[in-house]
Amino acid sequence: MVEKTPVLDALTYAFLMVGIAVVGFPIVYALIAATLPIEEVSRVPMPLIPGDQFWVNMGAAWEKGNLGTNLMNSLIMALGITFGKIIVSLFGAFSIVYFDYRLRALAFVSVFCTLMLPVEVRILPTYEMAANLFGPLQSLVTFFHLDGLIGWIVGHEVDIQLEWSLLDSYPGLILPLVASATCTFLFRQFFLTIPEELCEAAKMDGASAMTFFWRILLPLSKTNIAALVVIEFVYGWNQYLWPLLITTNPDMMTAVIGLQNLIPQADDLPFWNVAMAGSLIVMLPPVLVVLLMQRWFVKGLVEREK
Amino acid sequence: MIKRSIFSNRILPYLLILPQVLVTLTFFYWPALQGLYQALMRSDPFGLHNRFIWFENFIDLFKDPLYLKSIAITLMFSAAVAAVSISFGLFIAAMANRALRCKAVIRTLLIWPYAVAPAISGILWLFLLHPSYGIVALAIKKWFGADWNPVLRGSDAMIMVIMASAWKQISYNFVFFMAGLQAVPHSLIEAAVMDGASPFRRFWAITFPLLSPTLFFVTVMNLIYSFFETFGVIHTVTQGGPGGATNILVYKVYQDGFIGLNLGSSSAQSIVLMSLIVVITLLQFKYVERKVHYAI
Repeated sequence: MVEKTPVLDALTYAFLMVGIAVVGFPIVYALIAATLPIEEVSRVPMPLIPGDQFWVNMGAAWEKGNLGTNLMNSLIMALGITFGKIIVSLFGAFSIVYFDYRLRALAFVSVFCTLMLPVEVRILPTYEMAANLFGPLQSLVTFFHLDGLIGWIVGHEVDIQLEWSLLDSYPGLILPLVASATCTFLFRQFFLTIPEELCEAAKMDGASAMTFFWRILLPLSKTNIAALVVIEFVYGWNQYLWPLLITTNPDMMTAVIGLQNLIPQADDLPFWNVAMAGSLIVMLPPVLVVLLMQRWFVKGLVEREK
Repeated sequence: MIKRSIFSNRILPYLLILPQVLVTLTFFYWPALQGLYQALMRSDPFGLHNRFIWFENFIDLFKDPLYLKSIAITLMFSAAVAAVSISFGLFIAAMANRALRCKAVIRTLLIWPYAVAPAISGILWLFLLHPSYGIVALAIKKWFGADWNPVLRGSDAMIMVIMASAWKQISYNFVFFMAGLQAVPHSLIEAAVMDGASPFRRFWAITFPLLSPTLFFVTVMNLIYSFFETFGVIHTVTQGGPGGATNILVYKVYQDGFIGLNLGSSSAQSIVLMSLIVVITLLQFKYVERKVHYAI
């Protein structure tokens, strides 16, 4: 501080404490609820002294929410989205920034048109696409009456049905969410700030494009990649609408969706202790990632503004 | 923009961009086209006949009182979420920026809710605001003497989803405001101190105007968040109820398309949402270009 303002400083800390308490309260309350037996948690108001049922409730939540399978699904989905996005966009940005070719402008514009469009606004058509990845081919076949043509060539009736469904599969959970230009855009912005001399020097030393990419560009992008890993992992883990739509098989459900089964409904016993225990388990992985990689996370998030 | 020093290769650049283009075409352009096509069709309940009806789905949509109500609800909901989370985030960031000690600890304690899924935030607040067991609900009843019942009363349900959505967004805003505050040049603050400006005056006359680009960005991001990502909150907490009181646009697309199976109308709604996003993006890009002049 530039001047001495003891009263204001005390107020600052007081407000900060209140702020932190307000932000942290839902979790602290959930933690306490997760340690109580059912009789205690349904008392009004709930006692604020932790009980000893923590592991019992955790076990119940694990069973009821099918968390063993679901957490694994969430992990595969989150990692798939994270690395899928980063790999696809590293190559894409490299191509756009370091090469000149005829369709470059077209590729650039068509990819960046998708920058802000979340999967939520295009759920129905994307769902149909995932239900049958050969949909576009099928409509070509129908449009040109290709089955009739082929039938005429072979000499008997042919019915062409092209089908490849991504429902209830990991690619179905991952691929549609990889289709986003945010990471490509960030890598492009970053590559543009890299000094020209590096590329010139590499070329002078006889490095090929890919050598330059692996040996120079990738090591330079390390912090950006770390930041994106955090952001995209959290994004992938917390997906809701898309997994809700395309998984019907309980063994393919993600953990966040599975929690729905733990919420006490009007006519059951109010097992809020189990619901809170389940919520804590499921939120733990992304929270840990954010806290452990805090420095990169903050940097990466703020970069998005530029 | 492109580098001056580039590689020349005929096939490699195409191979490099291929995955991106493929993924974008299959999961973005084709679905978008399909959506547009469906929005112009009407199919019978069994999906046997499709009829081309031009813009009738859109006209019906904007004549539908339920859709108009959903628009009004969405606007109110997102304005409230943005207002609550931005003002709280800015306030906390301003306080944290004044604090001299324990900055790292304070930051750690404030950023983790970012990682909590909207749906889980919904479950936590569902418990806190539960009409018979929730402790916050109890406090509301006791202190304000209000009859709190989000299961039956629309306005209470709305407050509940606003709280659940705004809570986790506070940390997002906090991170951006913190970065913005640290970028304010110290010399300006010192000059103001010399002129005898009080801390409040300094905040409103110097810091706040310099934060305006951040404020704009954060507002846009918060609006997008509350339009779309809050789906998880609505689905776990109210399912759009009671009586459609929390049925925001993105939830209505889901309900009409996947539960009501009205494909034409649901696609038309998707198209409306997409256009909305495009407008927001264009606005933002326009503003970002102007932002350069704010730099010192």
